Amino acid sequence: MILAIVFLPLLAAAIAGLGNKALGVVPAKVVTTAALFASCALSWPIFIGFLNGSETAHVTPVLKWIVSGDMDAAWALRVDALTAVMLVVITSVSALVHLYSWGYMSEDPDQPRFFAYLSLFTFAMLMLVTADSLVQMFFGWEGVGLASYLLIGFWFRKPSAQAAAIKAFVVNRVGDLGFMLGIFGTFLVFGTVSIPAILAAAPNMAGSTIGFLWFRADTLTVLCLLLFVGAMGKSAQLGLHTWLPDAMEGPTPVSALIHAATMVTAGVFMVCRLSPMFELSPVALDVVRFVGAATCLFAATCGLVQTDIKRVIAYSTCSQLGYMFFAAGVGAYGAAMFHLFTHAFFKALLFLGAGSVIHAMHHEQDMRYYGALRREIPLTFWAMMMGTLAITGVGLPGLAGLPNMGFAGFHSKDAIIEAGWASGNPGVWFVGVLVALLTSFYSWRLMFLTFWGQPRWVNSEHIQHAAHDEHGHDHHESAHDAHHPDEAHGNPAQAEDGGHAPSTHEAGQQQLKVGTAGYHPHESPMPMLVPLAILSVGAVAAGFVFHGFFIEPEAGTRFWKGALAFREHLMHAMHEVPVPIKLSATIAMLLGLFTAWYAYIRQPQLPGIVAQQFRVLYRFLLHKWYFDELYHLLFVRPAFAIGRIFWHRGDEQTIDRFGPNGTAWLVQLGSRGAARLQSGYLYSYAFVMLIGLTVAVTWAIAG
Amino acid sequence: MDGFPILSVMLAVPALAAVACLFLSPSAARVTALAATLVDLALGILLWTGFDVGGAQWQFVEAGPRLGFFAWSLGIDGFALLLIMLSVFLMPICIGASWRAIEKRVPEYMAAFLLTEVLMIGTFAAQDLFLFYLFFEAGLIPMYLIIGIWGGVNRIYASYKFFLYTLLGSLLMLVAMLYMVQTTGSSYIPDLQAHDFPAHVQTWLWLAFFASFAVKMPMWPVHTWLPDAHVQAPTAGSVILAGVLLKLGGYGFLRFSLPMFPEASAQLTWLIFALSAIAVIYTSLVALVQADMKKLIAYSSVAHMAIVTIGLFAFNRQGIEGAMIMMLSHGLVSGALFLCVGVIYDRLHTREIARYGGLSINMPKYAVFFLFFTMASIGLPGTSGFVAEFLSLMGTYQVSTWTALLCTTGIILGAAYMLYLYARVAYGEIKSDEVRAMPDLSSRELWLLAPIAAVVLWMGVYPESFMAPMRNDVALLLQRIDRAAPASDSNPTPGNPAAAAASQREHGGEHGAAAAGHETTPGEAH
Repeated sequence: MILAIVFLPLLAAAIAGLGNKALGVVPAKVVTTAALFASCALSWPIFIGFLNGSETAHVTPVLKWIVSGDMDAAWALRVDALTAVMLVVITSVSALVHLYSWGYMSEDPDQPRFFAYLSLFTFAMLMLVTADSLVQMFFGWEGVGLASYLLIGFWFRKPSAQAAAIKAFVVNRVGDLGFMLGIFGTFLVFGTVSIPAILAAAPNMAGSTIGFLWFRADTLTVLCLLLFVGAMGKSAQLGLHTWLPDAMEGPTPVSALIHAATMVTAGVFMVCRLSPMFELSPVALDVVRFVGAATCLFAATCGLVQTDIKRVIAYSTCSQLGYMFFAAGVGAYGAAMFHLFTHAFFKALLFLGAGSVIHAMHHEQDMRYYGALRREIPLTFWAMMMGTLAITGVGLPGLAGLPNMGFAGFHSKDAIIEAGWASGNPGVWFVGVLVALLTSFYSWRLMFLTFWGQPRWVNSEHIQHAAHDEHGHDHHESAHDAHHPDEAHGNPAQAEDGGHAPSTHEAGQQQLKVGTAGYHPHESPMPMLVPLAILSVGAVAAGFVFHGFFIEPEAGTRFWKGALAFREHLMHAMHEVPVPIKLSATIAMLLGLFTAWYAYIRQPQLPGIVAQQFRVLYRFLLHKWYFDELYHLLFVRPAFAIGRIFWHRGDEQTIDRFGPNGTAWLVQLGSRGAARLQSGYLYSYAFVMLIGLTVAVTWAIAG
Repeated sequence: MDGFPILSVMLAVPALAAVACLFLSPSAARVTALAATLVDLALGILLWTGFDVGGAQWQFVEAGPRLGFFAWSLGIDGFALLLIMLSVFLMPICIGASWRAIEKRVPEYMAAFLLTEVLMIGTFAAQDLFLFYLFFEAGLIPMYLIIGIWGGVNRIYASYKFFLYTLLGSLLMLVAMLYMVQTTGSSYIPDLQAHDFPAHVQTWLWLAFFASFAVKMPMWPVHTWLPDAHVQAPTAGSVILAGVLLKLGGYGFLRFSLPMFPEASAQLTWLIFALSAIAVIYTSLVALVQADMKKLIAYSSVAHMAIVTIGLFAFNRQGIEGAMIMMLSHGLVSGALFLCVGVIYDRLHTREIARYGGLSINMPKYAVFFLFFTMASIGLPGTSGFVAEFLSLMGTYQVSTWTALLCTTGIILGAAYMLYLYARVAYGEIKSDEVRAMPDLSSRELWLLAPIAAVVLWMGVYPESFMAPMRNDVALLLQRIDRAAPASDSNPTPGNPAAAAASQREHGGEHGAAAAGHETTPGEAH
């Protein structure tokens, strides 16, 4: 069964990809979507089996792979509770995204390729989560990287999409460098790459030290940190996060599937999968916690000021991933996985909802040109509303004996914040609460700018195009964007071009004209609305229904059964945190909501004033803390410059000059007298050869 | 099969065909060459299926008469088998790639290629030291002619550079060989592999061989002949140069340097590691700024070959097997990449990257193949490149974490220059009408690329087929060199869980709560 789950998407990808134009759009869509729904239908029984305890962990061998001495990495599919969670997340979201793409991509001429890539991605992701060895995990890891590269660059005619695709791949490779070294080190220490064998042997290596580069350090710390670098790359954690916002160049369904619900959570999955090993290294856990918290905060601050709807959600994803990591870092792996699970539903929902908005607004992605869409696209509005209620963590804290009642994010995020406090890390708790406030603010800001207020559509070139062009909808997204190559990238750039203060984004907002330009947004077609509806159910109920299995103290024995390190103690402690702590996240959420309401509904001119007042800070956030600029200066430009120096100064002016060219010069000099015959090169060689041979033979005989 | 001199026949078929070609018309020469190489491929498959995995070290042994200096003794082990397979697999593809592209002096061209095949197979099959030397050095001559006669504008300079570099190294190797034969009284390679030379002699001999192999590899800083040779060579010449000739250096290290001079190899591992680490970073950065496609791939070859050398000198199974797979993989992948360049060169007659762009639009099949080989070059898991890179670097890590770290940066830089190349060629809008007019792959071109893609995928998904034949030979080699194996710089100490748990507890404060919550290690505390 697991074979079918994993390989059906591959088969479908092969059919759609190789068949491509010859096969036609509809068969390609049908094959891939059917395969995914089949995978999904097969995955849920496994997950439910783990929930009710009828399933046990097992491994299905497939084929030999790399066997080199003790290094034995086979193709095998491992299924346990942790995998089961990922299986349902991946196949469900992927199936829905496939379906959604029927509508969203319906005008694209390259649909077979798109669906093939989506299915290929799903296959790679399934290989990742079913891996029984680190090497197969790495296969899936790189496989999803490939699919991500292909899908970000799907509209390959756009220079910004190409650049984003390369950036995503290369930045991920930086993380993979760590992952690879981590695998090497693990093999060196344990003599195996099998994950269960490593985890079983890890406790015996506690207290050992290992040499790495110039220093010696605790063995497990070195290994965990190297592996964690890989996780940081894939999950876009601070420092290696720069690719994720740019990845929004890909079609929106891709953002929902890969860059929100599944691939980017691979790092969290990896840490949870290897959690028994991380548990043995307090230093590594400190780092995971710190990086998680820092990313969480950093990304949330960036999300506050972005104006591109997808970028706001992208930073939100980055920030939520930070939550998951700091949950893992305080030892609440169950909570990390729980947030991963609920986040997959509500974030996919938010992205697909945003896609629906973008679809309705004729590919306009700038929220400044939205407004008042509540009545125009009510179904999308309600779906987004569910997503927003879920991400901001709306719910009633279970006081006075009542159970916790709330949307998905309420259960998972509050659990993480409580775990932060209960594990004795008040600093982390504080960051968690602060980010809950920021999350609430930017999420509601998105909602208010998009769905409330006056329509500001007239300012959008996309809309003007559409309004003036009867056949506007026939325009293909990529072709359309190609008219405005700067637009997707260039919101910050526009702000700079504007020069004087009032045109800085939010400051300029009140000066934006109000008007619809005669444009009428359409609600999205059925294939797009059905996934929104299903995901809405997930966003509402996933937390309430499943929290008992993921994070209650008895979950360790009831559900996880050793699939990850489960600190029962900590789960108990979470229930006993003081009431103010319990309420803190909800209060922060309400504060965020109120602030957003005040700034975007009550006093819409306020953001502009604030932005002008704190111009430096505002620009700092708008430029995402200048990470891209810094990296460009530190890595990209020097790489090209040094490459040129090596090439011209090294190869041409040093090695060749003193090497072959110099020799030739000497040979010609030497043979000029003797060689009156001809000046052809061939004779020079013969001459050299002769001298060489003479010397050789003489020496050989003498020796 | 017993008694059938299959190796001699594999040498004779292309040799006779080469002579025949000289007397034939161009079109007949093409057909003859293709037929001869296909026959050799068929014989190669017989060789592979007949090879007894886990059997004797040397199989298909032929002890022929002594011809003065040389003894006609042939025989192969797993390493030689795999490299012969690589040669006979690529050869028909090379002939196919030259089908249209070569128009002048076709018979001579085909003869030169067939001669190259003879010499390559001979090099890998020779069991006599001087016979090996003969094949090894003579292999340069047809290549020299291929570049010098059918090459690009600057072909004379390139072929001269190529020849000069490789020749100087070879002379030193000849001297060393003469010395070895004189002191041991045998030119039989298996005998020499079992002979223990005194350590100080080993060093000199090692350096003499190194001079030759390092150039052939090529290792930094004697690599500069390669970009020029590739740029000037015709497509098929580049394929065979990258595919097979670059493997001679690695084969030499494997066949001679390691088993014959294990102490010297261990002693000079630092040199190999240093040059290789420099090569990976240096040539990758140079590849990043190339404007000429062939030069870019040539520089990437140098970086890949550095992964071979570090693997070989890691003195462990993963390293050596990884290095060997890297030789095979690189032979296929870079060969295929040169074919990919050839395909568009034949259409637009330029290798300048900037002239292309948007090829995914009008050449979708081509774009798929090019992407596949780009990914294989980057070492994406599932392709042969990953198995190679991964094992080789894993082996290296066990000896030197520094070298492993520096060389693993190749996976980042490699991704950067290859994807940058791919984006410039295949992505974006079509910029000119002449590019727009370029037709997609013809069925001939498809048949050149598809078999390579299939094997690359096979080697990536089920490398067992390629690793099984050499498993025994690696074991024998390790047995031989193990005594000299360099120490690891990782050197993990045994763990002490009880003490670790205790110290964690004392740590108190910061980790107090975490330690108390450790459900996974409750046993050790009590």
